[in-house]
Amino acid sequence: MQKIQNNRAWFLVLPVLVLVAFSAVIPLMTVVNYAFNDTFGNNEFFWAGLEWFDEMIHSDRLHAALGRQALFSAIILAIEVPLGIFVALNMPKKGFWSSLVLVLMALPLLIPFNVVGTIWQIFGRVDIGLLGHTLEAIGLDYNYVNDPIDAWATVIVMDVWHWTSLVALLCYAGLQSIPQAYYQAAKIDQASRWAVFRYIELPKMKGVLLIAVLLRFMDSFMIYTEPFVVTGGGPGNATTFLSIDLVKMAVGQFDLGPAAAFSLMYFLVIMLVSWVFYTVMSNMDKAEAGQ
Amino acid sequence: MKSRSSAIVMVLYLLFLMIPIYWLVNMSLKTNAEITGTFSLFPNNLTFRNYQVILTDPSWYMGYVNSIIYVVMNTVISITVALPAAYAFSRYSFIGDKHLFFWLLSNRMAPPAVFALPFFQLYSSIGLFDTHIAVALAHCLFNVPLAVWILEGFMRGVPKEIDETAYIDGYSFPRFFVKIFMPLIASGIGVAAFFCFMFSWVELLLSRTLTSVNAKPIAATMTRTVSASGMDWGVLAAAGVLTILPGALVIWFVRNYIAKGFALGRV
Repeated sequence: MQKIQNNRAWFLVLPVLVLVAFSAVIPLMTVVNYAFNDTFGNNEFFWAGLEWFDEMIHSDRLHAALGRQALFSAIILAIEVPLGIFVALNMPKKGFWSSLVLVLMALPLLIPFNVVGTIWQIFGRVDIGLLGHTLEAIGLDYNYVNDPIDAWATVIVMDVWHWTSLVALLCYAGLQSIPQAYYQAAKIDQASRWAVFRYIELPKMKGVLLIAVLLRFMDSFMIYTEPFVVTGGGPGNATTFLSIDLVKMAVGQFDLGPAAAFSLMYFLVIMLVSWVFYTVMSNMDKAEAGQ
Repeated sequence: MKSRSSAIVMVLYLLFLMIPIYWLVNMSLKTNAEITGTFSLFPNNLTFRNYQVILTDPSWYMGYVNSIIYVVMNTVISITVALPAAYAFSRYSFIGDKHLFFWLLSNRMAPPAVFALPFFQLYSSIGLFDTHIAVALAHCLFNVPLAVWILEGFMRGVPKEIDETAYIDGYSFPRFFVKIFMPLIASGIGVAAFFCFMFSWVELLLSRTLTSVNAKPIAATMTRTVSASGMDWGVLAAAGVLTILPGALVIWFVRNYIAKGFALGRV
């Protein structure tokens, strides 16, 4: 759509600007303030320059947390995106079953994060949980409290349980927009199932799929509550992701300077990756509009 | 043949989704002795004691009331400010519009953990600590950008000619917006409200940081079940089940829009 050039549109954006400035810019500036200062309490601040950044960039602890976080997000995307597409392709298209399936699938998305953690904490426990008990019964030595691999597996399965539906629902919406005629044409051409997927369904899902990847990347990179409830970041530091580490540092040890420097770098990483996604997405929008 | 394999896939997937939830419901209907003592797929001695504990104790059920109050406040605030902004983004190009849009979205990407401490200090210093409005405003951080994003997608689908015709007919902007435009994107508003509700309802880190007693959300209250006498698993499970219900109700109401909604109006 051709947009009208009109700078008075700023007035319409003003309320959002004021609100977000209040709830984002002011706190962010507090963080920036901490990041460049040192404090010994009493609200006295001393200029520290780039000291905290220097410390954090060379901190092994941060590198380890970043590595775990990147691995976690990569695994999450690698499982949830293909699985989500697969589920979406098999969802009933209309009728009562379709509504029921939609409602059931959306259910995990509306459970508070810590309740998700609680559900899996209970479910995975060897003494009272169905999953832990069953795995124990078939002879697997499963214990997510002590074993890092089991802890990782539990956190990943939990996230797949929690968020795959989001990917599936997005893809489903993309699939719903494909006119029936496309499929008929493919049938006449005797296209294989794979060809239908590759040349009809996938291109139509491209837009929503990108939203899905963007949302899942951002949210998995910020994950805090669910693993914190289940494993508390343990055993050891095995499941201490960036946010968990950050809260430990800022609230637990009250190392405000390093924590703030950490925050800013953390934010920058997320923003950088998201900017790439966003640029790709708006270019696709433009390409579509140009057709 | 094809539909049968689809059905099998769906049944397996839904089982995967439902079994953990079933286990929570199952546990909430057992006594603590049964939970820790015996292992059974069904409650042997069906009890509603756990629910009774929650629904008769104000320090428990007020958690739900608090959560619902700030979630509704947040949804109303987010949608109200996002509507005109989304209209501006979908209809006009103005200096810095693209940068502004990305800046807004970047707030959706901000990890709540980064903001927890500054929020605490900000709201303490202006005397809003432990109020519902503080949590509602804090959640605007990620809900307003999302609402703008969703609404912009829906508004782009409404032809510009409608606006022009209305102006020619002598409608003023506010009247046109409320009387003509908003009904046209009603489903978009519903979807945006649903998402604001959802993300505000599930968030814990900020709402826990910003409250202590008067506005404490249910999710934070749940940590109480750890006491000196051990874990009260039954009550914890019952509280968990009760937090799922509002979400389930909301989904049921928007089920017909859910698919389009999840695509944020972009299909």
